Amino acid sequence: MPSITYFQPDGTHTTLDVDPATSVMRAAVNAGVPGIIGECGGQAMCATCHVYVRPESLSGLPEPSEDEEEMLDCTAAPRHPARSRLGCQIACGEADALAVDVPTDQV
Amino acid sequence: MSRCDLGASSADHILVVGAGHAGVQLIDSLRAGGYDGRLTLLSREAGPPYQRPPLSKDVIAGGPSAAPLLLRGAGFFDDARVDVRWGVDAERIARDVREVITSTGERLGYTTLILATGADSRRLDVPGEDLAGVFSLRTLDDARAASAALDGARRAVVVGAGFIGLEFAAGARARGVEVTLVSPTERPLRRVVSPAVSAYLAKRHTLDGVRLELGERVARLRESDGGAGRRRVGAVVTASGREFPADLVLVGVGAKPASGLASAAGLELAPDGGVAVDASLRSSDPAIFAIGDCSSFLSVHAGGRVRLESVQNATDQARYLASALLGADPAPYGELPWFWSHQGATKVQLAGLGRADAIRVVRGDVGAGRFSVFSYDGGDLVCVESVNSPADHLAARRLLAAGRSVDPTEAADPGFDLKAYSRAIPEAV
Repeated sequence: MPSITYFQPDGTHTTLDVDPATSVMRAAVNAGVPGIIGECGGQAMCATCHVYVRPESLSGLPEPSEDEEEMLDCTAAPRHPARSRLGCQIACGEADALAVDVPTDQV
Repeated sequence: MSRCDLGASSADHILVVGAGHAGVQLIDSLRAGGYDGRLTLLSREAGPPYQRPPLSKDVIAGGPSAAPLLLRGAGFFDDARVDVRWGVDAERIARDVREVITSTGERLGYTTLILATGADSRRLDVPGEDLAGVFSLRTLDDARAASAALDGARRAVVVGAGFIGLEFAAGARARGVEVTLVSPTERPLRRVVSPAVSAYLAKRHTLDGVRLELGERVARLRESDGGAGRRRVGAVVTASGREFPADLVLVGVGAKPASGLASAAGLELAPDGGVAVDASLRSSDPAIFAIGDCSSFLSVHAGGRVRLESVQNATDQARYLASALLGADPAPYGELPWFWSHQGATKVQLAGLGRADAIRVVRGDVGAGRFSVFSYDGGDLVCVESVNSPADHLAARRLLAAGRSVDPTEAADPGFDLKAYSRAIPEAV
């Protein structure tokens, strides 16, 4: 089973075993990982599940859709040109593991 | 509680009725903001609180086994030291002694009471509505039941051309079910979008195989012929005498605020049926507040009293009220209303509140299904409706939230860089 690791701004981290299709947002919300809200229910409408994907996990992720691309310009924490994604739009898929940094702010 | 009491302390007991988006966000924001007093939540449903927007979308198109998305993780309420009463509703408010009497007969005292009771589906109030095979869509149980019924259905009739009806119609088509949508209104979403967006949606749903029967009022639901067991629906019959066969009927004719508790307690209700609150979301009883779908509040964006049913409204009001209860400067609540709907491949996004008499310009290509309608009132931008145009929507949110406008000629000009314009910092006045 693949896993997602969430690194918090305070240096702590949480690793969750997930289904390959379960999004970074859904896994975090269901497990109560702090700092990931998912206010719109995973519809790419609110930018409260913003994460910075760690460089080693970037390859293999699909390109952002137009919706996600626009929402990424509205995140509470600064957008990183390569690493910023909406957690509701990405999942492990074929990868064994995914590592993301949780930003300091979502709202 | 008078204004000088604001600034909740450890001696307080905040009692929240309703575990939807508003109630849960309020609890989260209160604890995150440092509230360390008692916190009690009454949740009518026995299961953990869940996200509502996916119910009419993912749970319908994806089938009844689609996992619900929780509002918070399993440990949230314990971690936040919330005394949650699952499956317990408020029966009565005894305002004179500041107590809520629950459905289990318990009396819970409060210093501040928050009504986050939401809204209930409206009924058609026609004969046959209680037949098996007739569904509404508000709770996870509703969505699962309707979604499960689609499995064996060949023909569905949707009553109502609002967001729920249109989203359900698209989901049912994705499941391969024939769909007829019957509505007394002459165009979809008549109360909330401009004629141009309605016309586009009507065309899009028709192309996707939904048969639209507009201007038809439902007179009754007819029982199916034959079959044993519980009496099932067989057709929808309109006032004009037309009959539309159905294995399944989804009634999506709007919602009414769940304000019975407030009304019985003698709190002032607004003409729209919501709990009347002021610009700081306080009801006619200073110890009682109302947030989310049940709250009828004074809005600068509406230019008066309004009641909104949306996640944005529920969570923004919850955040505002939490900070007000924690002693923040009580500026009036004034967050920009925004809303979205996914109907098959079509995304509709609304920013601001529309007015029937607005002056409108169109940006984009209606024929290609990528456009926005900009509405003006007296020269000021008041609302933008976007179809498959997320960049326009987000630019509109930035402008409207900042109280800024954009010249209608520029808004309609495809060469005008709306995004850059919306991101530019306005000059200090």
